[in-house]
Amino acid sequence: MLASKLILKCLERENVEFVFGYPGGALLPLYEALRTSPIKHILVRNEQAGPHYASGYARESGRVGVCLATSGPGATNLVTGIATAYLDSIPIVAITGQVNRDLIGTDAFQEADITGATAPFTKHSYLVKDAADIPRIIREAFYIASTGRPGPVLIDIPRDVQLESIKTGLTYDKVDILGYKPNLHGHSGQIKRATKKIKEAERPVIYAGGGVLLGHAEKELLAFAEKDNIPVITSLMGIGAFPEDHPLYCGIVGSHGYEYSNVVMNEADLIINIGARMSDRATSRLTSFEENTDFVHIDIDPAEIGKNMETTIPIVGDAKTVLIDFIAKDTSKDHATWLAKIKEIKEQHPLVYDADPPCSDLINPKVMFRSMSEMTSDDSTLVADVGLNQIWSALYYHIIKERKFFTSGGLGTMGYSIPAACGVCFATLDHPKEVFAVCGDGSFQMSMGELGVIAEHQLNVKIILITNKKLGMVRQLQCDVYGKGHYSGTDINFDIDFMKLAEAYSIKSYKVDKNEDFNKVLPEAIKHQGPVLIQCQVHPDFIRI
Amino acid sequence: MEKKTCLSLLVENNFGVLSRISGLFARRGYNIDSLTVGTTENARFSRITITVTGDEQILTQIKKQLNKLIDVITVIELKPEESITRELVFIKVKADDTNRNQIVEISNMFRANIVDVARESLIVEITGTRDKIDAFFNMVEPYGILEFIRSGDTGLQRGAKVLSF
Repeated sequence: MLASKLILKCLERENVEFVFGYPGGALLPLYEALRTSPIKHILVRNEQAGPHYASGYARESGRVGVCLATSGPGATNLVTGIATAYLDSIPIVAITGQVNRDLIGTDAFQEADITGATAPFTKHSYLVKDAADIPRIIREAFYIASTGRPGPVLIDIPRDVQLESIKTGLTYDKVDILGYKPNLHGHSGQIKRATKKIKEAERPVIYAGGGVLLGHAEKELLAFAEKDNIPVITSLMGIGAFPEDHPLYCGIVGSHGYEYSNVVMNEADLIINIGARMSDRATSRLTSFEENTDFVHIDIDPAEIGKNMETTIPIVGDAKTVLIDFIAKDTSKDHATWLAKIKEIKEQHPLVYDADPPCSDLINPKVMFRSMSEMTSDDSTLVADVGLNQIWSALYYHIIKERKFFTSGGLGTMGYSIPAACGVCFATLDHPKEVFAVCGDGSFQMSMGELGVIAEHQLNVKIILITNKKLGMVRQLQCDVYGKGHYSGTDINFDIDFMKLAEAYSIKSYKVDKNEDFNKVLPEAIKHQGPVLIQCQVHPDFIRI
Repeated sequence: MEKKTCLSLLVENNFGVLSRISGLFARRGYNIDSLTVGTTENARFSRITITVTGDEQILTQIKKQLNKLIDVITVIELKPEESITRELVFIKVKADDTNRNQIVEISNMFRANIVDVARESLIVEITGTRDKIDAFFNMVEPYGILEFIRSGDTGLQRGAKVLSF
């Protein structure tokens, strides 16, 4: 059997349905094999989008997403997407073509050291030097990507390796990697200490991060929080870990979180961190932390514990397993006073929706996302890009019931939403659902080419394009740091006719500049089977979150 | 408080493993004082000895981050009381007919070997702990050190215990 066919056989064995790729010289043999494979190839319009498709697919389906690119520029175009997946711990496998083995190191045409280039932000990578290793490497790659703390794995395959002929029947089922044994179960002694602390705490808070979602521990989190009425705050990546309409829900923390959530976090005497990294963006507004707060940190990655914050009780383990252990222990305590205090804090720091003219003349994005919450289904997925659009949708679109919220939280990669939302659509082709890609006019233009894929496959994605002809979040920073008027390089000066652009792709489109109009248009857009673009015009001076 | 620590790693003898490890130190801003790599009793593995300087928090992070690398099988700290570490050093010292014998005498006292002799210089090979080597340097410095090379620490745990997986 040709190695190229074997690669696809191995991918089939991993239940791969789609590969998001872009062909090239070094992948010719693999593409020839793809022609007759049951695996469907989706031609992305730029390799840069490929890992984002895979990421959206993985986050929606809970399976490993796969992207494909040729050697050299194809491979280097994957770099940002791979780093994006790494920072958000998303399981993807990137397969790249490489020049022939005897040309490696000669600066051959389209040669790039992609394993070297991606080393800082892949969980692991392989350069396949012998076709006989393919079954083992592919099995290991999927195993490493999807277990422990998930993350991207890259497999670089030289063209001549793909052309090797090897004996069929090569399988590799049992993974045994000496240096990789993720620990799922929390240490029982630590769990005892932690639950004792929880029982003693007067003002405990659960701080839920992306690890809860990655570990599929939402139900356990709910049960644990409800057991003794412990309030729950999430990080940006933790949105969706806890229903936002729940009385114990206490918002989103961080520099771009809710005011009241940061205050609650500062008031707590015990923070139970479940799968959150305590990144600088999340902790920048926390002050009284180190002196008088106890800190239980549960993470599957031991290196996250104690990295950014001193920990009272570390627990290395999987969120779900540890929460089940927590639920079984007696942590009973009356938190009525603490909950009353939180209620007070919430009232003291209300969410502000009002805007003054001229901002109020156009769409108020905060109100828009609140009303969008009322009109969308309980299992919709919203993929937010990066910038003000991301923060507005994170703060004002309600994630309740089965809804999902995805964004590039760690790396903050603009252009994420459209390809990732497409990935969500591909993951749900057999049970189509409401999928929204929220982006600004800056981030939209970074992935505009992918409209071709949306049109080609008639993906049921609704693009909520918020336009203000500015790069809003940078503009907000410029205003905050240097003062009003100190805007530099943040004007999008050319007035694009997005309606014509959508028409060029035969995508149904709307342009609205009033909240009432948005409310009228959105149900129509949702009803329409297939892609829709809604351009929502927001005043450039509306830079508050 | 900063301290010097010696780590011993058992790693898969794979392509790129050294660059993964050195890259990790570079991108996280940790300093490597020295690094030695060598084969082991099993061709599948290599052993790496790294000495690093940092405070407790940094050293813990270094160990955890090294452990995250898939190719790294085991990481242990070679604590001075539980292990032996040695360094190999070649020192080229200025030497002529008037002082050659004195340098040879000092070298003998340190059980160092003269491995090259020329009219105006000689090369001393010395193996030992950091303290011993520092003391030797101190003694030959007045004669003029032309150049030297230090291999960096390498070591093993004492007793029958082995680095395993």
